[in-house]
Amino acid sequence: MDLILSALDILMRWDVALALLAGSVGGVLIGAIPGVGPAVAIAILLPATFSLDPIVGLTVLLGIYGSSMYGGAIPAILINTPGTAVNALTTYDGYPMTVRGEPRRALSLAYSASFFGGVFSVLCLILFAPVLARIAPLFGAREIFLAALLGVILVVVAHRGQALIAGALACFGIFLNTIGMEPVKYTQRYTFGIDALGSGVNLIVVVLGLFAISQAFVLLSDEDEKIRLTKLRGGLFQGLRELARHPRVASVSAGFGVIMGMIPGVGEFTAQFMSYTYAQKSSKRPQDFGQGSSEGLIAAETANNAVPAAAMVPLLALGIPGEALTAMMLSVFYVHNVVPGPALFQTRMDFVVALYIALLILNVLVLIFLLAATRTLINVVRIPNRFLGVAILTLSFVGVYSLRNSASDCLIAAGFGLFGFVLKRLQLPAVPIILGMVLGGIMEVKLRAAMARVKTPFDFIDRPVAFILFSIIVIVLVTHILRIRRDMADLKEAEWQTKTSSTRFGSLLLRRRTSFLKEHGRRVRARHARLLRRLTDLF
Amino acid sequence: MTSERARRFVGPHRGQLLFVLTFLTLSVLLMSVIGQQTAWVQKTAVFAQPRFWPAVAVAGMVVLSALHLWRLPFRRIGRADLREVLKWAQALEYALWFMAYVLLVPLIGYLPVTLVFVPALARRMGYRSRRMRMIAVIFAGATVVLFKAVLAVRIPGAALYEFLPDAWRSFAILYL
Repeated sequence: MDLILSALDILMRWDVALALLAGSVGGVLIGAIPGVGPAVAIAILLPATFSLDPIVGLTVLLGIYGSSMYGGAIPAILINTPGTAVNALTTYDGYPMTVRGEPRRALSLAYSASFFGGVFSVLCLILFAPVLARIAPLFGAREIFLAALLGVILVVVAHRGQALIAGALACFGIFLNTIGMEPVKYTQRYTFGIDALGSGVNLIVVVLGLFAISQAFVLLSDEDEKIRLTKLRGGLFQGLRELARHPRVASVSAGFGVIMGMIPGVGEFTAQFMSYTYAQKSSKRPQDFGQGSSEGLIAAETANNAVPAAAMVPLLALGIPGEALTAMMLSVFYVHNVVPGPALFQTRMDFVVALYIALLILNVLVLIFLLAATRTLINVVRIPNRFLGVAILTLSFVGVYSLRNSASDCLIAAGFGLFGFVLKRLQLPAVPIILGMVLGGIMEVKLRAAMARVKTPFDFIDRPVAFILFSIIVIVLVTHILRIRRDMADLKEAEWQTKTSSTRFGSLLLRRRTSFLKEHGRRVRARHARLLRRLTDLF
Repeated sequence: MTSERARRFVGPHRGQLLFVLTFLTLSVLLMSVIGQQTAWVQKTAVFAQPRFWPAVAVAGMVVLSALHLWRLPFRRIGRADLREVLKWAQALEYALWFMAYVLLVPLIGYLPVTLVFVPALARRMGYRSRRMRMIAVIFAGATVVLFKAVLAVRIPGAALYEFLPDAWRSFAILYL
């Protein structure tokens, strides 16, 4: 109780209240504009929050992070375009409801489900905080190294079908982090004699380039879309009543969101996918899913809103961000000399709880704002794409230039903007680069510290937490390899089935006879015989 | 005919081969200069060597992108790939707009350059109506007021402001 009171004491300030309001309203607006998304907004606003108090700056950013998914549901439901990437599953059941003439019902259900997911996860984590405070000190240098390694591996294997290139991009992120002056032996690494690279490549510059500037380029080279909005009729409160009729789907989805949010590198998509699958399998009307099912909408929206609060757990308790947005927030902590990690939970628990309470208040504010202003808010989806691109490019300048007033930073950001543009065109992930940069730095420091006390390789995993983490890494890798083998077997089977030549035994013999009779077949056999002779001569 | 492997490939086909080839080439180049660009310190453990992490990262880039290239179902650079490269090059124009904006702000000033940059780029994008021009100017002005005057982000005063009268100069450096 004392903890909650002291946390409330931190929040009882006019600037924090203003930050909460700005974060929640701004987040909803940004989420509602397709093509912007919280990553772009947070990247642009990061440097602006450096001059603010840590709790104020973090509240604004948390506000945007936590409330953008509420806003993202609006275009997903009304125009079948997700406002943020994680609202993609909302379109499955939200848009068919709009087509059916029930946009109000879909919106109110999405808001209510999001609210439930958000509040559920924050309450879980406030109750869970004392346990976390007890577990966090068990993490020493080697455990944090292993957790960061696990984070990198999870991010890589999460990109199904693209794991190899995602791994290469994560390594590129680790490489970027090594550029510049190395802080222990004071040697230069990959600076090529360029002064601007001496101080390294700034994470925020890379984030702004890969997320904001590249998105501006994408929008600027796109066509404007013609948008037709449906008129809203009916009450917005019916969603709360409807949500109460599906308590099982809502609570299980929120549970998935909390658990998946806490695992680095997994995040909203997996949580949504699992809860949607669960809701469909356990539903009395599974055939309605994808055709405007209220349960499907509840599962998707509850799960994605339960993630932001949970994603703060590995960040605050271990200093390990699980995805790009929390990686950006890590830099805000560092700027204000608040170092997330086990020590934070022991010395500044009130600060951690204050952040969670801020998230709780934020959810209430967002719901009130949405219930009051949806009718006006839906007009933001009308902003033309290319004008949005102009706006993002203009705002990106503030983000990059205000960091160090350096034109070379802007040049690097523009370069990463082009690189991010290419990645987006090829649908390759940019997140592994950011996580590689952040987690690469953590791994370098922690491995160096851990190896000083390790005599044999087995010493590295002789502590329980280290052993558990190591076992998880092995399980994840083995599972991934098994999955690849299964995929390859599937592919082989499919290739065999789609073969144009007949697979009957008679046809096989016919082809064999043709090969024997043709000149080309004779040549091939002669070559094979020659190679075989050469091989047998060896023995 | 598209093979089953190509059909199952995640993402668009165009440009993939060129991207991976470029990425792999650059990774190999980075690996070839690792001896010159990083140091090996005597009497220091391998894990504490300044070269250790760059070596891990660059080796990872080379090995994983080479494996990706090996598993790639496309082996020829076609016309679609070249068209895709042209599309990438088109974005260079916007990068140049951005860099011009960056270089002009310290010379002419944040407010004046933004007031010209936003409407000019909006015009280039095809927004030529009076309404859109007005919106662009209002957006530009609001951005400067919000970031420079209200949030006080660090954007230094321009060289041109030095020529203003004393009373105006300090105001312009602080707020415009």
